[in-house]
Amino acid sequence: MDSRTDLAIETSGLVKVFGETRAVDGVDLAVRAGSVHGFLGPNGAGKTTTIRMLATLLRPSAGQARVFGHDVVREADTVRGRVSLTGQFASVDDDLSGAENLVMLARLLGHPRARARSRAEELLAAFDLTEAAGRPAKKYSGGMRRRLDIAASIIVPPDLLFLDEPTAGLDPHSRNHVWDIVRAIVAAGTTVLLTTQRLDEADELADQIAVIDRGKIIADGTAAELKASVGSSAVHVRLADPGRRPDAVRALGETLGVAVHTGSDPATLTAGVPVDTGSDGGERVARALAELARSGVALIDYTFGPPSLDEVFLALTGHRADDAVATGEEDAA
Amino acid sequence: MSQSTPTTTTLNGGGADRPSVDEALRAALDAGPRPPRPGAVAASLTFCRRALLKVRHDPQQLFDAIAFPVMVTLVFTFLFGGAIAGSTHDYVQFLLPGIVVLTVVMISMSTGVALNTDISKGVNDRFRSMSIWRPSVLVGELLSDTVRYLMASTVAVLLGLALGFRPHGGFVGVVAALALIQVFAFSLAWVWTALGLVVHQPQTIMTLSGLGVFPLLFCSNIFVSTRSMPGWLQAVVNVNPVTRTVTAVRGLMSGSVTATQIGTAFLAYAVLIVVFGSLTVRLYNKER
Repeated sequence: MDSRTDLAIETSGLVKVFGETRAVDGVDLAVRAGSVHGFLGPNGAGKTTTIRMLATLLRPSAGQARVFGHDVVREADTVRGRVSLTGQFASVDDDLSGAENLVMLARLLGHPRARARSRAEELLAAFDLTEAAGRPAKKYSGGMRRRLDIAASIIVPPDLLFLDEPTAGLDPHSRNHVWDIVRAIVAAGTTVLLTTQRLDEADELADQIAVIDRGKIIADGTAAELKASVGSSAVHVRLADPGRRPDAVRALGETLGVAVHTGSDPATLTAGVPVDTGSDGGERVARALAELARSGVALIDYTFGPPSLDEVFLALTGHRADDAVATGEEDAA
Repeated sequence: MSQSTPTTTTLNGGGADRPSVDEALRAALDAGPRPPRPGAVAASLTFCRRALLKVRHDPQQLFDAIAFPVMVTLVFTFLFGGAIAGSTHDYVQFLLPGIVVLTVVMISMSTGVALNTDISKGVNDRFRSMSIWRPSVLVGELLSDTVRYLMASTVAVLLGLALGFRPHGGFVGVVAALALIQVFAFSLAWVWTALGLVVHQPQTIMTLSGLGVFPLLFCSNIFVSTRSMPGWLQAVVNVNPVTRTVTAVRGLMSGSVTATQIGTAFLAYAVLIVVFGSLTVRLYNKER
């Protein structure tokens, strides 16, 4: 470990400009070594660009970035020796089999041939891929591919792992499995920067969460702090008659005592329900829904649960997460 | 009341078919000391092996290396042979060394397209984020193409022998000529890879390579001796690396090669590698 700093990542005023677009616009980030830092934001918010700069794939237009105290531009090769990428940042080779992928990468990391083979076998077994070892990676299922991808990133366990949406598109069972794997990797001493679009995933894994929007960090704190700024839970309501929405906004607003947001769909409403008042959120929501029924506003559907990334965004920025996509970035490619 | 998001508690029965995180994973994470960074040669050979594995998974890639030399040798020998040299038998003695060179030139063109497609894949970002000698990706890829060049040139020579080609340099001369052709093709391929990195559409790369390859092939001594050309054209033709190669290959196959012929050929290859190799590496290192 480097004695110069106990920070795995440290950026100040990091900027990346693509033509007219400021994809990353002054990001200050500090990630403690040994922790899991969640990095939340919609597509096009600047997540990928920031990580590509930290992994030495892109040169910053301005500002500074250090990984374990090493400058990502001047000491790029040292940084490369300590980080590993996954997901859309760096996939596996589709045309090669799982085993061939792992042996190739082990060789590129400096393992002698025999050790590269034994290391590949070890990892295939550990990730439940021994049976599929000889099949080309492009024939793998989503979950298998994800596991191969993570296995490839820990052939030499890195000091810093960029983990990109590790559970996107997975069923709950595979998702829990991947979460367990991530926890084991962290327990073995790797710092993780986890990008995700899901607050519950960040909540589950991350010690600290940074939220990025339009190239800027708009919030950085623990999951609890982040939720407190949003309301711990959210109630979503879909009305049978969109024409009754003003009545519903009034009824919900009065009972819950919070601002009610109207969705882009004319029949929907959303409200954050804070916990710090001491009352049970669920009980207050039940009262609010009863109040709606009393006013004769018919509902098609309602849900009550933890705030989604969308609600975090709405609370932090005043605009919906998907609006940010319009700013555009190479992320989409 | 319905929950919008599944809670994080373990699903009932979910643990039955797969343990959460088993000992194998924990053991795999304890990987021992980090190995030293691989050298440039080891990394290049690993990438060469990667490309060869792809050929093994999809052998159809080799089709052009077999079909192309057959077609070219037959067409040029029978169509032009009589007209240029009086008889196909006489012409094949002159033409065959040139045809072998022409074959690998044409085949090497696809290297640019292949590289262009390959580096747009996600796995290349992984390579670029690793602590390895950066050009090894390219060097390995080009080294693996030697297999295609070797197949194509061998097919062309064997067909030539069947058509009456009789090399006076004997077996050793032919093998030495084939070896020289591999070095030439490896050097020339950097031109196509540089082009493949500048141009982004595979279709455009093919068109541009096609435009470039015709003067390269026809302003050379593949089909006719330079003696019949006007002086200014001879000057152009003589600096063409294709001409240098064909001259050396003819010399080796006929057993009359001179040190100058070999020397100037290698000089041309050195220039190609230094100019287009460094250009390719620069373009490859540019961020995407």
